[in-house]
Amino acid sequence: MKEILADIDRWRSEGKRVAVARVVALEGSGPRLPGAAMAVSEAGEVAGSVSGGCVEGAVVTEALEVLNETGRPKLCTFGYSDDEAFAVGLTCGGTIRVFVEPLDW
Amino acid sequence: MSELYDVLASAIRSAQPVALAEVVEGPDEALGAKLLVRPGPPVQSLGSLGDADLDRVVTRDALGELAAGLTASRHYGLHGEARARDLTVFIESFAPPPRMIIFGAVDFTAALAKVAKILGYRVTVCDARPVFATAARFPMADDVVVAWPDKHLAEVGHLLGPRDAVCVLTHDPKFDVPAIVAGLTTQVGYLGAMGSRRTTDDRAARLREAGVDDAGLARVMGPIGLDIGARTPEETAVAICAEMIAMRTGKDAPSLRDREGPIHRDLISQERPS
Repeated sequence: MKEILADIDRWRSEGKRVAVARVVALEGSGPRLPGAAMAVSEAGEVAGSVSGGCVEGAVVTEALEVLNETGRPKLCTFGYSDDEAFAVGLTCGGTIRVFVEPLDW
Repeated sequence: MSELYDVLASAIRSAQPVALAEVVEGPDEALGAKLLVRPGPPVQSLGSLGDADLDRVVTRDALGELAAGLTASRHYGLHGEARARDLTVFIESFAPPPRMIIFGAVDFTAALAKVAKILGYRVTVCDARPVFATAARFPMADDVVVAWPDKHLAEVGHLLGPRDAVCVLTHDPKFDVPAIVAGLTTQVGYLGAMGSRRTTDDRAARLREAGVDDAGLARVMGPIGLDIGARTPEETAVAICAEMIAMRTGKDAPSLRDREGPIHRDLISQERPS
């Protein structure tokens, strides 16, 4: 979280809305531990990371949806699965759960 | 409205311990509810998970996670019931960085301080000799202190806990015996001492003379580091830090202390055809 504070401050001072995504659970192998955080501005700017680069793109999409459409927090799961619902996966075979929410608190 | 975030960000920036608990799974209306907890005294909390009993239970659990520097998901009932699973609460600890105190301003010290910084430690280098203990020689250290090890630990030893480390690199009995004796009076999680097997045996005898018992000696990791054939200061720093990680995670890694034979194998004879 610490590494993304400066970007969050800058975006907010520019009047942009911000979404925060944090890893809240990790099953199996995964590059980043719970607490790994990423921030996305409404302009699509990104700070931090939640994986080794595998799911960041999908998290940006979720974050922008949370900011611009739903306005509600959302728990997203990314990982290897037979379920077609998991469009984006981790090549290492783990599963991560990422909580995405607007920074309105 | 961003009071909670501002308090959190300011605590993180100033390295004050704080835990953020948040409902990440549960009924739609509860999702995203937050409770920020700061240890006391007095304990302070900000925000709410939506129920007073739940807040009380989660505050207690968050303080526990924070003390250990841990981050975890926990399940509760809507009113904090321990056996229920209505809610998943993600409790993230923002604890101040762990500390490493390195005694001895030697070549290995700079390498160890560098690797420890990468791992997130707040690093203090301490040596009684003002010529060697200078900020210019150890720019990567957070603090460089000119003091006798036992004097320094008398001042800061009470701050050390299970996440912290003391590394004694002097391998000079006049410094390292008092440093280890003082280190053993603290709650520090890792206490390592550099030196050959002969130095280590000699030091054990001196520590016993100084009144250290078996339990005390068992806490001292010496020769310091894992048995990975480290040679250079940088490799040795990695071996030391890897030992600290293995100790924290409870993994059975090959510590030099638990093995026998030379620390450094003879590289030349190794290359000879047998």
